[in-house]
Amino acid sequence: MSSPIIGITFGNTSSSIAYINPKNDVDVIANPDGERSIPSVLSYVGADEYHGGQALQQLVRNSANTIINFRDLIGLPFAQADVSKCAAGAPAIEIDGKVGFAIKRGEDKEEKITVDEVISRHLNKLKLAAEDYIGSKVRQVVLTVPTNFNDNQKEALKNAASKAGLEVVQFINEPSAALLAHVEQYPFEKDVNVVVADFGGVRSDAAVIAIRNGIYTILATKHDTSLGGDNLDTELIEYFAKDFQKKTSTNPTKNVRSLAKLRANAIITKKTLSNATTATISIDSLADGYDYHTSINRMRFELVTNKVFSQFSAFVEDVIAKAELDPLDIHAVILSGGVAFTPKLANNFEFLFPESVKILGPNAKESSNQPNELTASGAALQARLVSSYDADELSEALKPVIINTPHIPKAIGLIGSQGEFCPVFLAETSFPAQKKLTLKNAKGDLLVGVYEGDHHIEEKTLEPTPKEEKKDDDEEEEEWSDSEDDEPEIIREKLYTFSTKLMELGIKGVTKGVEIVFNLNKEGVLKVSARDLKSGNVVKGEL
Amino acid sequence: MKIEKKFFKLTSLQLASLQEIERIKREMMFTLPELTSDITVKVNTEAEKSAAVRRPIEPVGRYFLQHAQRTLRNHTWSEFEKIQAEKNVKTVDESTQDPDELLFDDELTDESLLTHDPRDWKTADLYAAMGLSKLRYRANNSQIIKSHRKQVLKHHPDKKSAAGAGLEQDGFFKIIQKAYETLTDSTKRSQYDSCDFNADVEQPKKGTEYNFFEVWGPVFEAEARFSKKQPVPSLGDVNTPKKEVEQFYSFWHRFDSWRTFEFLDEDVPDDSSNRDQKRYTERKNKAARDKKKTADNARLVKLVERVANEDPRIKLFKEEEKKEKERKKWERDAGARAEAEAAAKADAEARARAEADAVSEASAKADKKKAKETAKAAKKKNKRTVRNAPKEADYFGDSDKAAAIDEQVGFIVETVDDELLVEVSTKIKSSPSTTKETLQETAAALSGSGKLPASVLPYFL
Ligand SMILES: Nc1ncnc2c1ncn2[C@@H]1O[C@H](COP(=O)(O)OP(=O)(O)OP(=O)(O)O)[C@@H](O)[C@H]1O
Ligand SMILES: [Mg+2]
Repeated sequence: MSSPIIGITFGNTSSSIAYINPKNDVDVIANPDGERSIPSVLSYVGADEYHGGQALQQLVRNSANTIINFRDLIGLPFAQADVSKCAAGAPAIEIDGKVGFAIKRGEDKEEKITVDEVISRHLNKLKLAAEDYIGSKVRQVVLTVPTNFNDNQKEALKNAASKAGLEVVQFINEPSAALLAHVEQYPFEKDVNVVVADFGGVRSDAAVIAIRNGIYTILATKHDTSLGGDNLDTELIEYFAKDFQKKTSTNPTKNVRSLAKLRANAIITKKTLSNATTATISIDSLADGYDYHTSINRMRFELVTNKVFSQFSAFVEDVIAKAELDPLDIHAVILSGGVAFTPKLANNFEFLFPESVKILGPNAKESSNQPNELTASGAALQARLVSSYDADELSEALKPVIINTPHIPKAIGLIGSQGEFCPVFLAETSFPAQKKLTLKNAKGDLLVGVYEGDHHIEEKTLEPTPKEEKKDDDEEEEEWSDSEDDEPEIIREKLYTFSTKLMELGIKGVTKGVEIVFNLNKEGVLKVSARDLKSGNVVKGEL
Repeated sequence: MKIEKKFFKLTSLQLASLQEIERIKREMMFTLPELTSDITVKVNTEAEKSAAVRRPIEPVGRYFLQHAQRTLRNHTWSEFEKIQAEKNVKTVDESTQDPDELLFDDELTDESLLTHDPRDWKTADLYAAMGLSKLRYRANNSQIIKSHRKQVLKHHPDKKSAAGAGLEQDGFFKIIQKAYETLTDSTKRSQYDSCDFNADVEQPKKGTEYNFFEVWGPVFEAEARFSKKQPVPSLGDVNTPKKEVEQFYSFWHRFDSWRTFEFLDEDVPDDSSNRDQKRYTERKNKAARDKKKTADNARLVKLVERVANEDPRIKLFKEEEKKEKERKKWERDAGARAEAEAAAKADAEARARAEADAVSEASAKADKKKAKETAKAAKKKNKRTVRNAPKEADYFGDSDKAAAIDEQVGFIVETVDDELLVEVSTKIKSSPSTTKETLQETAAALSGSGKLPASVLPYFL
């Protein structure tokens, strides 16, 4: 087998590698230590270099030589980079206007490494892990990036990868990669809008994406670089520290090493509580020679971190608002990133949004149970797709003239027999586009009325009506009714109204159904045709 | 189209799923309306489809690659089109600027904080220390947390000493930490907010000129922070309706404040040896607090009183009220006035009518007389016509009987009633040749009706 293109998601906290295995399945690759979610950490002890989980362990004893949270620093001038997240590890310094680190490589031996170099080394480790796993050379990669990575950052990343012997064949946006992976397994049956909400370690990102005929268009994004799983850790650390202080009168957060120990344990506890309802903590000699032993249940954890979870919720609400949409316009929220493992996250969203919004977290029926592997899997799927293109073809396909396509701002659809609007092309459909509608039961002389449609959200308060008044209503209702439930009910629904009439076609003497085709060409010309399925007669209109 | 709602009593969850089912059903059962007019194709050529928006699509997935291939295969692009494709693209807003950050102070607003003794942290402006001097009591929890993070990054002693700053800055960091501790604890915060006089808005001096609404609006907004009841009605503007203005003042007259003054307490000594001293200080504190609270309530009462006095709307309402009163009075008096007026009017009318009547009566009399006279004259004339008729007709060839004829015509003329007289004279005038016959007919009629005995009219009968 020739060397496959792999997919890599490189996060500030952890990285994942995926490829399409010979059985044509997505395979997430584990490093030699068996880690599929590989900590994005490098640590130096003298001449030795550690990577991944082994490096992460060094944070306790060797924090000054352990480099963490470096991804977002690439391609930024030092003045613009927020280096505060490196603080628990090797402090960031300025090297030639860029971010870098000063590492001790033995007595009196200091090495200054730019962030580009750090990333190069990290990607090299990932590449080696992939080669080890696949058993062949790896040279090309599809790499995911946040949607707000700028061209400088991508360029720097590309160069760093190339130094590690990896050619980036395509950068793809993290939310689109996650969506691609989700859809591969659980395709949506129709055109929908979704939110991809990615909660990582030191940042949160969300995107509202319109899916139209399999084409994705990002309608809005939101980023918060001070919100992530680390905030959960901080709350938990504070909780434990208080408890410890009460027991021992020693504050474990005052000492760098105690704090690092506590943090490592808090993270483990948090992850344990994603699967189990209680966790025990046992740290020898946490501070001042005191050991720390305690246990915590999930409910306590959720209470302690409640504030952070509300921020996660507000974050997703905000991105929907930013897209100028209503939750009723959203079909599903796909949860991605490590934090998605915490059951509370999905629970909150289920509570927050109307039931029509599907929350696709790891415990949902129709979703991946590895939310932190979605993006890498999407990258691998994209890698398979582009592997049949040569570089020129691909670069042609990625030209603005192909990518920047016109989108219709309003739905276009048909009037139905009840006078209702039935959208055929939803708003934000990118064109050229075509849609076919087969109405098997259509009979007689029929009107094909084509309109643009507007939609709005209607809110109604249903006052509970006294039962007696509705005796004549159907029985079904009686069965459902619940007498104690006499709170006024607020019902919100999405309704369409007709705006502009575009055309009308009449088709006569239909006996066995009709097929209606909507076609919107590159120039925006709308063609609608209706074909009698029996006689084959066709009527056509063009606007 | 609206879904018929029969499910009044469902919980919203049940409803949502039923709606969903309903919607899917509707989609599957979509039917076209019947054709009611005779059209095959009718394109609304005037219709303007809403203008398309150019957006980038995500270059991932097989549908994208199909799109790319299709487009590349079917089209070569002119330079112009390529340039166009890069213009006017609606891209999403990728800024990560947190809108909250715009509300924080860019710089330390009070430099003296840097040298403020941290033991005296209570006298420091804690909001300024947190970089929240603009927001103050309006800052929500997440803003406090965020700005604290910012301040810590900036003023952490590690960072400062690395930058070569003196040790005194450590003190400022302690104040920041104190501020954070105070502002994130809801009880401590409300105690601090109660005594955060920096959040007060300056009030205008009496007798100076100022814009009432611009000046008092913010004062009340600031005072509103102490209200137990929320929301608090705002001052409004010149156009605020009377009812709302009244509501505003009645709210502020009955203002229920949570303001407390613990923050200004004297420190209670915590060494337990001196319990009396402790109790004494506590009592003193309590008394001081109560006094301050009473003073504060009085202050507000005075404030509201002053503002009500200066409120141009109230003046306006009063004027309006006065005018209204006058108008009402005027209206009330209007009854009597109208009656008098009506009586006078009726009087005048009656007089005028009487006069007119008199006039018309007189003229009618004259008319009547005139008519009578004319009638008389006409009668005379007619009589003359009839009387002279025989003579005119040469006595019908019987001039020998002239005298008898004249006498008999004389009887006829004196007997006929006015009506017949007119008839006869008219006939005679119109056809003089038949005068004799006419007179004979008349004579016959008169005798027939018994008005004249036939014997007196021998010539005509
Ligand atoms: N099983 C789990 N339960 C709860 N939290 C978890 C679990 N696994 C990972 N996390 C948390 O998820 C976060 C890391 O998520 P992820 O790997 O998606 O981040 P990243 O993409 O590398 O980082 P970033 O998005 O900040 O660049 C960490 O806070 C980690 O503790
Ligand atoms: Mg991430």
